[in-house]
Amino acid sequence: MSERPQPLIVGAGPAGIRAAQALVAAGLRPLVVDEAPACGGQIYRQRLVPDGRSSRDLYGSEAVKAEALHRDFAALAGRLDYWPQSLLWNLRDGRADIMAEGTSRQVAYDGLVLATGATDRILPIPGWTLPGVFTLGGAQIALKSQGCAIGNRIVFLGSGPLLYLVAWQHMKAGVAVAAVLDTAPFSAKFNLLRGLPLFPEIVLRGMRMTAELRLAGVALHYGVGDVRILGEERVEGIAWGAAGSERRLPCDGIGYGLALRSETQLADLAGCRFAFNARDRAFLPERDAAGRTSMPGVYLAGDGAGIAGADAAERAGELAALALLEDRGLPHDAARAQVLEAELARIGHFREVLESAFPFPPHWATAVADETMLCRCEEVRAGEVRRAVAGFGVHELNRLKAVSRVGMGRCQGRICGAAAAELLAHETGRDLAAVGRLRSQAPVKPIPLTLALDAHREAAE
Amino acid sequence: MPLLHRIARKDHRPIGFVLDGAPCEGREGDTLLTAILAQRERLRASDFSGEPRAGFCQMGACQDCWVALENGERLRACSTALVAGMRIVTGQRRAA
Ligand SMILES: Cc1cc2nc3c(=O)[nH]c(=O)nc-3n(C[C@H](O)[C@H](O)[C@H](O)COP(=O)(O)OP(=O)(O)OC[C@H]3O[C@@H](n4cnc5c(N)ncnc54)[C@H](O)[C@@H]3O)c2cc1C
Ligand code: FES
Repeated sequence: MSERPQPLIVGAGPAGIRAAQALVAAGLRPLVVDEAPACGGQIYRQRLVPDGRSSRDLYGSEAVKAEALHRDFAALAGRLDYWPQSLLWNLRDGRADIMAEGTSRQVAYDGLVLATGATDRILPIPGWTLPGVFTLGGAQIALKSQGCAIGNRIVFLGSGPLLYLVAWQHMKAGVAVAAVLDTAPFSAKFNLLRGLPLFPEIVLRGMRMTAELRLAGVALHYGVGDVRILGEERVEGIAWGAAGSERRLPCDGIGYGLALRSETQLADLAGCRFAFNARDRAFLPERDAAGRTSMPGVYLAGDGAGIAGADAAERAGELAALALLEDRGLPHDAARAQVLEAELARIGHFREVLESAFPFPPHWATAVADETMLCRCEEVRAGEVRRAVAGFGVHELNRLKAVSRVGMGRCQGRICGAAAAELLAHETGRDLAAVGRLRSQAPVKPIPLTLALDAHREAAE
Repeated sequence: MPLLHRIARKDHRPIGFVLDGAPCEGREGDTLLTAILAQRERLRASDFSGEPRAGFCQMGACQDCWVALENGERLRACSTALVAGMRIVTGQRRAA
């Protein structure tokens, strides 16, 4: 068995760490690669250097979980291979191209666990490319891992649990939060009550955060629409509401996000079949309850497979590893797998509740003005997309990309892809599921051209 | 006015670097993005219209924070640690 190449895990967040731990426990020696300099993933991201703040300061109520993950991963040292600061940029013919320290290496693997996580979901609004506007995740990373505030007077805008969490974290850190602008109506929050029997502590924590924000004098506005970010060279304020009832607030930093979107490029390159997921409003790689994809030997875990949060990611990582062991005919704990599946199902129900409490803004595609920048890489405006749709009779996303350059830029549609799909669906009067999804291409993130050419030559030889 | 305001690591070891020809100081533990935006309010000009940009996601997704070294090497500012002596240039459009 020692002849077989090692299993490969992409991502050292909660999902990747728990997957690695389970494989090591079964006597395998996985290779774990992650772009980040240290383990932890998004939520439990570590600082580059200690900065006098405790893990309680950084991770709040989740400090115990963060510490446990960091510690458990460190304890695996010597029994796995871990390549931090390594970008997996291509998958082909059972091999992975991994860039680290300025060079690219090809690695053969036997068993692939994709635990690639998620990033903020965005719908473009006027002014969103101005300096001082960051994603909610970006604002949180500045605060937690760099110890910086994105402004002296910050507005947080959007929807999703992160909206209130990130605002609250800033308030606690002593940063002035000018307002929280929630795109969902206040009535949507009553849906959270349905989550009480499932996860009372999470619901109550959320309510407490909102109450503390209010007590601290932070203005909370609900049902916020028609948002415009003001400023010429940088953010100077924010306006919302229809003409006549417009509201304005000066601010010098904005955190914006509408929940999260899964990072699925590698699953695409691995050849996994995708299906439309109505809840996430996105195409996601198909998987069974344990994380098996349509490709034998390829497993998915964590938010990269569909948004479910950090606690789910830990369980999904372990479960995917157990599936890998089972598929290899190795001893695996079937009873444990059942427990994990049941827990994941419960979190899945809770996710439905959160979706109704933090709904996706329904009218963005109708309302987005022609001048609004849709694709910040290629600088394509909404009006250009509308004209491309009308002029070329486009009704599929990759075709739209070809004629309008939307999603063709360096981010590969990570930022604009969701919005482009929403707009295309609206303009053509089709379902979101019917406009398709952007095909992923290697390299999944920019790498030096010379490296790509070297790797290509190597493969050809 | 800088875009970012430090609330931690204020007294960490200073790290000297050069930004568009001018000597600057960051702090140990800074990414390039932090080091630059703690001094300035922009990181780069957008590729086509040259409008000001200063990153967006800070997690390696949006690719809107690429800067260059004087030797031409391109770096993603949000995921690159500041190293003493780096000579960074911003404001360049994509090389033709
Ligand atoms: C800023 C932010 C804050 C969040 N806060 C919370 C929270 O408070 N509570 C909560 O429940 N959820 C939160 N989430 C949701 C979060 O996605 C999950 O809870 C959790 O981090 C998911 O774990 P994961 O292991 O699936 O992925 P992640 O933690 O995202 O880890 C994925 C890892 O994969 C690596 N990776 C991805 N692609 C590649 C590649 N091609 N090559 C190399 N490495 C790669 C990334 O560098 C990353 O470290 C947050 C998300 C973000 C973006
Ligand atoms: S700020 Fe988005 S990639 Fe650096």
